[in-house]
Amino acid sequence: MTATQERPADEVEREIGRERRRKEDQRLITGRTRWTDNLTLPGMLHLAMVRSPFAHARITGIDTTAAKQATNVVGVFTGADLADSLGACINAWAITTDQVTPDHPPMPADRVTFAGEIVAVVAARSAAEARDAAELVDVEYDELPAALDLKEAAEATADTGAALAHPELGTNRSAYWVFDSAEAGTGGDVEEAIAQARTDGILLEREYRQQRLIPAFMEPRSVVVDPTGEQITVWSATQIPHILRFAIAATTGVPESKIRVIAPDVGGGFGGKLQQTPEEMIAFAVARRLGKPVKYTETRSESLMSAHHGRDQWQRLTLAATKDGRVTGLKVDLLADLGAYVAIVGGGVPVLGAFMFNAIYKFPAYRFQCQTVLTNKVWTDAYRGAGRPEATYAIERLMDELAAEVGEDPLAVRERNWIKHEEFPFQTVAGLEYDSGNYEAATARAKELFGYDELRAEQQRRRESGDRVQLGIGISTFTEMCGLAPSRVLGQLNYGAGGWEHASVRMLATGKVEVVTGASAHGQGHETAFSQIVADRLGVPFDDVEVLHGDTQISHKGLDTYGSRSLVVGGEALVRAADKVVEKAKPIAAHLLEASVDDLEFGGGRFHVRGTDQGIAITEIATAVFAAHNLPDGVEPTLDSEATYDPVNFNFPHGTHLCAMEVDTETGALSMRKYVCVDDIGNIINPLIVSGQVHGGLVQGIAQALWEEAVYDDSGTLVSGSFVDYLLPTAADTISFEIDHTTSPATTNSLGTKGVGEAGTIASTPAVVNAVVDALRPLGVHDVQMPCTPERVWRAINSSGSGGATEGAAAPHFDASTGMEGTVDRTAGAQDGGTDA
Amino acid sequence: MTRISLTVDGARVSDDVEPRTLLVHYLRETLGKTGTVIGCDTSNCGACTVHLDGHSVKSCNVLAVQADGAEVTTIEGLAQDGRLHPVQEAFRECHGLQCGFCTPGMIMQSVDLLNENPNPTEEEIRLGLEGNLCRCTGYHNIVKAVQHAAAQGAGTATAAGAGAGAGA
Ligand code: FES
Ligand code: FES
Repeated sequence: MTATQERPADEVEREIGRERRRKEDQRLITGRTRWTDNLTLPGMLHLAMVRSPFAHARITGIDTTAAKQATNVVGVFTGADLADSLGACINAWAITTDQVTPDHPPMPADRVTFAGEIVAVVAARSAAEARDAAELVDVEYDELPAALDLKEAAEATADTGAALAHPELGTNRSAYWVFDSAEAGTGGDVEEAIAQARTDGILLEREYRQQRLIPAFMEPRSVVVDPTGEQITVWSATQIPHILRFAIAATTGVPESKIRVIAPDVGGGFGGKLQQTPEEMIAFAVARRLGKPVKYTETRSESLMSAHHGRDQWQRLTLAATKDGRVTGLKVDLLADLGAYVAIVGGGVPVLGAFMFNAIYKFPAYRFQCQTVLTNKVWTDAYRGAGRPEATYAIERLMDELAAEVGEDPLAVRERNWIKHEEFPFQTVAGLEYDSGNYEAATARAKELFGYDELRAEQQRRRESGDRVQLGIGISTFTEMCGLAPSRVLGQLNYGAGGWEHASVRMLATGKVEVVTGASAHGQGHETAFSQIVADRLGVPFDDVEVLHGDTQISHKGLDTYGSRSLVVGGEALVRAADKVVEKAKPIAAHLLEASVDDLEFGGGRFHVRGTDQGIAITEIATAVFAAHNLPDGVEPTLDSEATYDPVNFNFPHGTHLCAMEVDTETGALSMRKYVCVDDIGNIINPLIVSGQVHGGLVQGIAQALWEEAVYDDSGTLVSGSFVDYLLPTAADTISFEIDHTTSPATTNSLGTKGVGEAGTIASTPAVVNAVVDALRPLGVHDVQMPCTPERVWRAINSSGSGGATEGAAAPHFDASTGMEGTVDRTAGAQDGGTDA
Repeated sequence: MTRISLTVDGARVSDDVEPRTLLVHYLRETLGKTGTVIGCDTSNCGACTVHLDGHSVKSCNVLAVQADGAEVTTIEGLAQDGRLHPVQEAFRECHGLQCGFCTPGMIMQSVDLLNENPNPTEEEIRLGLEGNLCRCTGYHNIVKAVQHAAAQGAGTATAAGAGAGAGA
């Protein structure tokens, strides 16, 4: 191999930071895709599920006779039929040792606990025939009282006669988790701070609602199981092929080594495909029972009603501060709705938020307590941000409230409380160490891009002139913890697994490089970003690197993709594996160059003998190792290397988000005028991919603020059960964003990178709601409950008297009884606070 | 069963279909044109968008029998002679896709939009794509991609190079 095939050293170093167009795209833009539902195998059968229409009912009989007789139906099974082989859906995180965790059979035989739960499955030669036959399954139910309202469910006991999601448990309360800075030794006593503020300071008590959301990935979940090989192969539209394999093995008794899980092209997840689903377990059982490949693909309606939801909390907050707006203590009291079961990470979601309510601030005292509660609705689990958006929302809303109380600019009050850049590393009151950050820099840049002072001046003018359309400026100076996670910390939190990631680098004889990662991409662009990292590290061309993932047979070890971990944990594993390749190559290079190892330096893909023009490319060494004719004695003939990396700390991206919102005070209509964000995510591998992550994240967070809510009616039926009723934003609802970055490299990984997948979602929700409230503050409004629909905004403006819109604003924005927007009984408006003038 | 004959991505095809078969199912299951995907059951998401006689339709909203005698173009037939359509190029260039599930529909809709209006404003693009949902990109880069394609003259010939509204 000659020097012409290598790039000069200075060019080699440039791969990281380049706006590489994505390797993934060629297939995706031409329709050459491998979605699970695209797969067809010889003799494959199609499954259709029979789902409960009731939120809570005893199954008194299932008659499958007619369905079994239908043409081309091969089998119909109930929970009882498959009881011995279905396995179970696992909860991997009991957040307390006494957590109440109901068993979760994938297809219960006796009782259903949410509307949409599967009670029978039909296997037929075509999907249409399976669906038709599913209609013929006759299920008799004895309806039971359903626990639906989160607050009521939390109070219910067997003696009060109130509905219990699982009567045999005697309670809906699953776990009570507490962090207290005084007990942990990380800060003071919050009750003291509150007492002090009550007599001589500012005490804010607020209650915020985190509405239930639906992840709504665009690719419906799909699973194909082929039992005909030596291994049972499972293709699934999942974020977690490795964890899924473990869970199937652990609960069915099929040896892990006999199961292969493949996540082919996966169309989005956002946490929503971080689950071991009943559908996967049922398909696995039916395929084994019939000895035939089976496929199940959900409809969108099934997806919305049965794939896990996210958020769904009530947050009671008490913030103590001095009169000049220095926070002295924060107390958080949460109710979190688990739904009918404790999902795989389920109860842990609020715990992931527990460390983030103190955000970027130096609070002297902090207490967090959370009650997780079972209800007869679909289970909740991770949705983009998982716990951290909820925390960020609460504190960023509160900081605006505090600023209003003090009568100062909300950025000034934030700055008074935040950690200064020279104070890093900083030990927080929640017990974490923030390694790096510069909130001043991000804020200054964001203000400049936004035209902060000009917009404030315009706001003032509009207020003074009594303009019908008022301008609100919303702020969110967020941080988050990502890069899940140091295994030791997970162990302390009683999580059932570790947080490491695995990578391997294979040097092929032809000089090409295969990279295997345990992360499992579903839209993030791993193939491109990881190629850039390896190209730089090994000094090989970007196009010569192939990134493989998402198949347990290729990537034997991994913990998959969620929690903004792929780059900061998986990328670091990759760096280490690549560095090992270089280490292994070095003695061979010395041997081939007849030089001393000590005289070699590596750069630009070549080993050079210092002070000479002698050198050899690492790709040439790969060829030499393949031949193995001339290697130093005792050297193993391979350069291939692997590394498993366990992060030493979480990773703390931060940023300043500013939103300008116009609010029509007569109609409540909102119009977003500008959104600027400056995120500090450390060093950037590919700015193009980062921008995409930020934009998409922003819109999901904005959607929580303005549009989305999963609504159940009084009988526990999901009313927002289709894309007609569950309002995903469209291109016409959204605007273009202005984004920029400041850079404080992370000190806890060698690339200096921080996670970015969840940042936009975590930050944007409070920025938007703060903007709405800011516009209306002179009218006495200090809260509008999410989603801030025109009707809710209108009501907040038009109701008078009692302080705090939170309570009144709790009227559903969507009338469950009619399915019509804006038909909520107006009499409810009497309590519909929204003013505290 | 009803016999239908049509052209799909330039190839003449003919099959017996059940009258209730949707065009999208015919494309995916009978013809193996799995580039076109299904994202919903209420005709809201646009993931299934194809061209029927040169205009975009949601193929989950059209019966296969309605396509009898028609010319259908899917995402798989958009590139000509191994050359990507400028809108495909633009989606890659501007990072207008992440998971790529909405992408076939988004691209087919964008092509139709530019054929109708070669120099759309940002607002016209956003309205023109209103029937296509994307959960990944926040639409920002999709809009940019359409602007970029417009600037490249992806619309009908008269528009070539005009590039109005292409602020990218
Ligand atoms: S599949 Fe959603 S519109 Fe056709
Ligand atoms: S790219 Fe994933 S839905 Fe649009």
